[in-house]
Amino acid sequence: VTVRVGVVVFPGTNCELDVQHAFERLGTETELLWHGDDTTKGVDAVVVPGGFAHGDYLRTGAIARFSPVMHAVGEHARAGGPTVGICNGFQVLCEAHLLPGALLPNLSLKFVFRQVELEVVDAETPFTRSCARGERLSIPVKHTTGRFYAPPEQLDALESGGQVLLRYARGHNPNGSLGDVAGICNEQRNVFGLMPHPEHAVDPLTGSADGLKIFESIRAHVADRIAV
Amino acid sequence: MSVGSIDVMPVFNAHVEVRHLPGIADPAGATVERALPALGYTNVAQVHIGKTIRLTVEAPDAESARAQVNEMCERLLANPVIEAYEVVIS
Repeated sequence: VTVRVGVVVFPGTNCELDVQHAFERLGTETELLWHGDDTTKGVDAVVVPGGFAHGDYLRTGAIARFSPVMHAVGEHARAGGPTVGICNGFQVLCEAHLLPGALLPNLSLKFVFRQVELEVVDAETPFTRSCARGERLSIPVKHTTGRFYAPPEQLDALESGGQVLLRYARGHNPNGSLGDVAGICNEQRNVFGLMPHPEHAVDPLTGSADGLKIFESIRAHVADRIAV
Repeated sequence: MSVGSIDVMPVFNAHVEVRHLPGIADPAGATVERALPALGYTNVAQVHIGKTIRLTVEAPDAESARAQVNEMCERLLANPVIEAYEVVIS
């Protein structure tokens, strides 16, 4: 089965080639989705990659959310289509109300760029199924606005509803995220957002290939969906 | 308002203040709060840093201008998950 993944490009996006590279290593076809086009071109899954969409002006993701492509991404997601936001893409999906919560400036108020250890909280999801529960993944973060926040009652609901999929391992929280949250999904479990960059951890040459497990999870999930 | 035979909408100044909701850590405010006593201001507390957005808006009256700016805040200028806003029209 050939899986096709759309990778959204806004002015200021800068991780789209790494996301394409990650999927192509797994034999998955990718297609760039331009922000000005109100279509996802019939792809099976959508990734909103990292960068600085529309210069991060006002708030990260605030302007990008109103792009024509986000209308199409919203329809794809609401129809149950697998949708992933990485870093700035996570911020965009929160602003678009496709994911709960928001990302705030790091507690340190500084840009952080380092390899962190993540813990897989739930490995029974479309985005983590190639991992094991409790497995540690070594994946880099690089952001200034990555402090996950949700109001207390919503955070409790995310925890009890099993929507926290990835957590920074003890001592690895780089930004002050509540509950050490590194990645969450929506209630329907088809939209996933994470601050770390799995697409920068797909080759041992650059320190870790753990990020491939996220992309392999998505590929395998979509392949199963198509086969049904 | 009508000037001669041409209808001219009044222009209002809007001053929008956006700040974090209570309970959200504000490291910039906390840093300033720690710096002020060093200058002798030991009587300072509750420092919060937010942002100000100024704009002008054409509208038939002040109430309609305020309603529009409130809507802009809800839809774009503020994120209600993390921010509160206050609009002053003049």
